[in-house]
Amino acid sequence: MITERLSPPSLFRALPALLMMAFVLPLLAGCGYNTIPTAEENARAAWSEVLNQYQRRSDLIPNLVETVKGYASHEKDTLDAVVQARAKATQITVTPETLKDPEALKKFQDAQAGLTSALSRLIAVSEAYPDLKANQNFLALQAQLEGTENRIAVARRDYIQAVRDYNLTLRTFPSVLWATFWFRGNEPFANFTVDEDKMQVPKVDFGTSTTKQGG
Amino acid sequence: MRSFAPPSVLPDISPTRGEIGCRVGFRQSPRSERESRRPNRQSPPSWGRWPAGQRGARQNAFYGVLLSIFSLLLPLAALAADLPALTGRVVDNAGIIDAGTRVALTQKLADFETKGSDQIVVATIPSLGGEEIEPYANRLFRFWKLGQAKQNNGVLLLVAPNDHRMRIEVGYGLEGTLTDLHTKLIIENDMVPAFRAGDFSGGITKAVDDMIMVLEGNPEELEARGKRSEQAPFNSDDLFFAIFITIWALIFFGGIAMTVLPPIFGQKIGPGRYRWLGMTFDQNRRSSSGGWSSGGGGWSSGGGSWSSGGGGGGFSGGGGSSGGGGSSGSW
Repeated sequence: MITERLSPPSLFRALPALLMMAFVLPLLAGCGYNTIPTAEENARAAWSEVLNQYQRRSDLIPNLVETVKGYASHEKDTLDAVVQARAKATQITVTPETLKDPEALKKFQDAQAGLTSALSRLIAVSEAYPDLKANQNFLALQAQLEGTENRIAVARRDYIQAVRDYNLTLRTFPSVLWATFWFRGNEPFANFTVDEDKMQVPKVDFGTSTTKQGG
Repeated sequence: MRSFAPPSVLPDISPTRGEIGCRVGFRQSPRSERESRRPNRQSPPSWGRWPAGQRGARQNAFYGVLLSIFSLLLPLAALAADLPALTGRVVDNAGIIDAGTRVALTQKLADFETKGSDQIVVATIPSLGGEEIEPYANRLFRFWKLGQAKQNNGVLLLVAPNDHRMRIEVGYGLEGTLTDLHTKLIIENDMVPAFRAGDFSGGITKAVDDMIMVLEGNPEELEARGKRSEQAPFNSDDLFFAIFITIWALIFFGGIAMTVLPPIFGQKIGPGRYRWLGMTFDQNRRSSSGGWSSGGGGWSSGGGSWSSGGGGGGFSGGGGSSGGGGSSGSW
């Protein structure tokens, strides 16, 4: 075998050390080197899902506004408010690179909250128009909007969880060692706050409707 | 039957997250332990080099670990406790479905899964306990992992009679087929009238029939989903790759290990002869058998244990997830 050729004792002694290195280096992955990048990418992916669902809601709105306009044209104020809130919300985007900035996230959150409340007013107003409520297109849009609001809620919850995991890796042992010595550039991500989370769920219940607005 | 994993809303406690600690898989020899400890003893305390924010980190490390373990385990235990167990395709904890209907539904849903791998589960719970039905249904869906892992093609029909709420929660993979509008119409047209009349079994049966009808509406798509799900566990490429890597690793590392490890860990019984793990390794003799003299203790190749999924006839989720698709209603 190999050792026959490595007859000098010194070389033979060095070999175990080399072998240890060969075994130990891959095991660094087991020691948590991957922890921080993994958690960071998870948080970014969760944020992309949040953006994706907000975008989906934003895409539904022009159709919804057109449909409501056909039946309730004199609810101009409410309709305009929705259009403006949508324009404002689409202007503010938070890319994964700016997730570290709580201010940017807050602006985004406020703009989306404005759109949420404008939308729930529109839905509430439309309750007064039986023709509109019977319209198939409106029914479809309403179902989609409800579904989207719920998907937003789920995506936000996942994001909150992913950011919590990521921030934990930056602050807890043993991954904090990696954060200190290797991933110095990594900063905790900003998260949705609970207070705003609650503020953002206006419930419009007219007793007759099954509509639930969340987000 | 697979054991239930925690709901994916919660973090999976996997070793890669680092909270469990290092996964160093083998014992170091006393000599190398001594070597690796030496630099630590010589180096000055590294407090000064730590950034200001992290200065207390080492002090707090212990509390950090405790805190993170508690914060992970507590909600996990709390949340898992109040969710019902997945006992079958029809989990009637509220007791509103009569026995005949339950048997028929279970059969229908099992047949449907064999056709296209879509998993539909009907669940009733007495009360939501003050929670909204949407987050509850999502939590339950992810806890049960309905649908196949890569397809996410599960559907959960949840009824909470005391709250007068129902929801059809659709997995990611079926959102395009069983749309929000479909589920809304199924709830409003099938379930609400029947439930108002007190006919839970009838309403649920009708809803299940309609969901199956919608999902079967595009037969090619359904078959494709079924095929994709079938292929997943028997990916021959992966199997060949695993075997190849295993053999390669055994030859490569086995040879090195047999020459190097016995002198380190084994007991020296003669010049160039070591006894380790019940085998005698002879470094001086080039024998075709590579130095095994007694095969008593040999190791088995780590080909992995092939557990047959679904053994015992139990029903379990396939690993799918949901992002909140579907819709809810009330009566």
